[in-house]
Amino acid sequence: MTRVQITVDGEQTEQEVEARLLLVHYLRDVLGKTGTNVGCDTSNCGACTVHLDGRSVKSCTVLAVQADGSEVATVEGLAERPDDESGWHPLQKAFHTEHGLQCGYCTPGMIMAAADLLSENPDPDEHEVRHGLEGNLCRCTGYVNIVKAVQTAAAEMRGDKVEVDA
Amino acid sequence: MTALDNPPTKNVGVTRLRKEDAHLVTGRTNYTDSIQVTGLLHLAFVRSPMAHAKVARVDVSAALEQPGVVAAFTGADLADNWAAGLPCAWPVTEDMASPTHLPIATDEVRYVGDAVAVVVARTKYQAADAIEFVEVDYEPLPAVVDMEAALAEGSPLADTTSASNKSFTWQKIDGEIDDAFAGAAHVTTRRFLQQRLIPTAIEPRSVVCAPPREHNEYTLWSATQVPHILRLMLALTCGVPEHELRVIAPDVGGGFGSKLNVYAEEAVALVLARKLGKPVKWTETRSEGNQATIHGRDQIQDLSIAFNEDHTIRGLKVELHADMGAYLQLVTPGVPILGAFMFNAIYKMDALSFTCHGVFTNKTPTDAYRGAGRPEATYAIERLMDEAAHELGVEPFELREKNWIKHEEFPYMTIAGIEYDSGNYEAATAKAKELFDYDGLRAEQQRRRDAGDSVQLGLGISTFTEMCGLAPSRVLGSLSYGAGGWEHASVRMLPSGKVEVVTGTSPHGQGHVTSWSQIAADALGVAYEDVEVRHGDTSVAHKGMDTYGSRSLVVGGYAVQVACDKVIAKARKVAAHLLEASEDDIEFDSGTFSVKGSPDARTTIQDISLAVFAAHDYPEDMEPSLDSDATVDPENFSYPHGTHLCAVEVDTETGHVEILRYVAVDDIGKVINPQIVEGQVHGGLAQGIAQALYEEAIYDEDGQLKTGSLLDYYVPGAPDLPHFITDRTETPATSNPLGVKGVGEAGTIASTPAVINAVVDALRPMGVNDIRMPASPQNVWNAMQAAKANGGDA
Repeated sequence: MTRVQITVDGEQTEQEVEARLLLVHYLRDVLGKTGTNVGCDTSNCGACTVHLDGRSVKSCTVLAVQADGSEVATVEGLAERPDDESGWHPLQKAFHTEHGLQCGYCTPGMIMAAADLLSENPDPDEHEVRHGLEGNLCRCTGYVNIVKAVQTAAAEMRGDKVEVDA
Repeated sequence: MTALDNPPTKNVGVTRLRKEDAHLVTGRTNYTDSIQVTGLLHLAFVRSPMAHAKVARVDVSAALEQPGVVAAFTGADLADNWAAGLPCAWPVTEDMASPTHLPIATDEVRYVGDAVAVVVARTKYQAADAIEFVEVDYEPLPAVVDMEAALAEGSPLADTTSASNKSFTWQKIDGEIDDAFAGAAHVTTRRFLQQRLIPTAIEPRSVVCAPPREHNEYTLWSATQVPHILRLMLALTCGVPEHELRVIAPDVGGGFGSKLNVYAEEAVALVLARKLGKPVKWTETRSEGNQATIHGRDQIQDLSIAFNEDHTIRGLKVELHADMGAYLQLVTPGVPILGAFMFNAIYKMDALSFTCHGVFTNKTPTDAYRGAGRPEATYAIERLMDEAAHELGVEPFELREKNWIKHEEFPYMTIAGIEYDSGNYEAATAKAKELFDYDGLRAEQQRRRDAGDSVQLGLGISTFTEMCGLAPSRVLGSLSYGAGGWEHASVRMLPSGKVEVVTGTSPHGQGHVTSWSQIAADALGVAYEDVEVRHGDTSVAHKGMDTYGSRSLVVGGYAVQVACDKVIAKARKVAAHLLEASEDDIEFDSGTFSVKGSPDARTTIQDISLAVFAAHDYPEDMEPSLDSDATVDPENFSYPHGTHLCAVEVDTETGHVEILRYVAVDDIGKVINPQIVEGQVHGGLAQGIAQALYEEAIYDEDGQLKTGSLLDYYVPGAPDLPHFITDRTETPATSNPLGVKGVGEAGTIASTPAVINAVVDALRPMGVNDIRMPASPQNVWNAMQAAKANGGDA
């Protein structure tokens, strides 16, 4: 067992873990932060995407011990006030208004991957959004509304006037 | 009480943002794998690495010595726990063969992934470690992989205890089929292949079962589409009295048919919770799921279509070989049978013969996958119409239009014996052609052909219909299905004027909470926000037939409407009583009851709800309750239709296919929530296109699954799919009061042939007349080379 200290969504955590424990299982099973999902075992689906020191990673391909001393951000920490829609992150709002989710299982990973994409490219075109999210699979939406949601959020984050048509 | 008027409400037909989203976008979800119960133990299954083998010995003793292991069981250890094998609810013929399907095999494994033992440990890591220590001696048997070879004389058997590999032959002949072909001016004959698919809901399957605690009932949470069906079937399989089993479908991350089943792991979880007296959990890994969760499609389709001189259709012959896999799961044999009503599609004809052979192989069982029987039929007929048009030398639209049912001919009794209530194929087609710029693209295609462009353009058409909204119970009975197709809803009027709607449907992404709220809000004249919808728990929604077959709105939404109507009928009596008027003089509009001719005499549904709760003053001939239940049995299926057009670019040097433009004009009748509808169409398109271009479950000749993970089974990502142009025409259904038709599967059903017709169209001048799905660069390349070898123009 190895002792790790990992800051998760702004809170310091410290636990003894097996060296082989995946970061996603540390989040879900050790800390009970089940907002981050697991969709595969080959790093293809991206459902488990979180930020590790500010960059998106698939938390099924990172060991908890590799995150020792790092900051991890999950979808659960993204909103200023999760209970109040006005306190949501622009991506959370835009996935809602643009219907960028159906079953919601890929959504946490999709939003975290999109947040990383927008930090690099604040004004992506459709092609750039699609390629920026190629590591995240969605089986429900056909991606059209996910692309719209990411572009809508990008506009809000840039400070452009956003028109919500729904 | 002061009666304040409710503002006029209008929710149906306008987009309301989904009530479901708040917890989903903030990560405060409750999927099955997230459920924790004190003392929870974890299951891991030992699965056969061989497609077919005798199980000579299973020894769990070394596994029992591993850290954290609490128990381990072989199939033989648990054999006495099953009251019955896993159920198949659809015995399509009286003589259908169906091998007994024990949740854990005892002496013979019949596909890669068939379970032979289960280990119970304190953590999932410990359980996963321990299964490596279960020793199994397999004696390999020949694997049956190819359906046609399986039916040949002398074939090895997929199940050594059976007489043959045939499960059933089901036949339906309408009209004089021999006459239709004998007198034909032209006959087009083709064989099409429906490759095997893996549904791949992004949430893996998961089940948690807790033994009785404060109530005398087992609680079973499952990532399922069908909590009600599951409850009944698990009770029968495991011998647990139905009233002592509560099934909950919490947040469920997609299904697409793969969670419309009763699975071995669910039964094992229940039996082990009983045996151990402890709560247990199992969650599949994706790779495990690729083997152990049902697959879809997998048919060989042989078709002949006979035409008159004037290109009208005389008759259609269909012969299917449908791969059941190793066992019959819940509705495995019924899936291809649904095609019997769909191969004729939107076309008029005098005769139709349909024959389906269900065949056992040593592969994962197939079952319903988005569309279930209708995508297969639609693909075949829409491909065949293009091939026939080519042979007859006419434009593919011309041949379709000549044969489709005209809008003034509805309702129309089809040759298959079902009545299409409504439709307007002309309108949907005209709109689609305009949005697509059909004529402009044809001109561009000609330009590229003339120029010998290495990137050719192809245009694909799919003028589809489907039957959904499963289903009229009498029809299901006539098809030997084991249950009905009704749906249930309750409406509970709370004293504060708020409303609880309870539905028997079980959403897993479709937005029922939002749409049912819209229906109830308008029906009752209350605010959308004042309605909450409960579902997915057999203790809360005590009756239901669950969610599949694009039935939820058409049948379940209908039930909500009827339950609301019953509330209004009761409230009207109370209103008459309180307003001292005749019931006949009470008018109801937007939540307000008023007396005809006395505009000041009025009260609201909320006030009546409170008055009935207080029960101080109510009519003598009724109970003090506005609550209602409705169980509706649909009188007919619903028949969405539409025209989908696809333009592809095919690189003739690489075989690469790119979708240039995709237009979907769907007619799903009246719409409750346009945004949700559009989302359903988008997702359906993605899955249909995925079959056309990307996905295939591949077994080798030994029955090894070569697409055993998401590394090998290619589910398309955002860069692989185009932007979709969607629109609608609106021809209301006449078979339900909402005028709605199902939409969950339409996109999938329509899109596969549109894409493949486009690819073939691009390569037609090279002599290509078919492409094996998926139209991967390799399969396209192979088709071009084969055409060249056959003397094509390439």
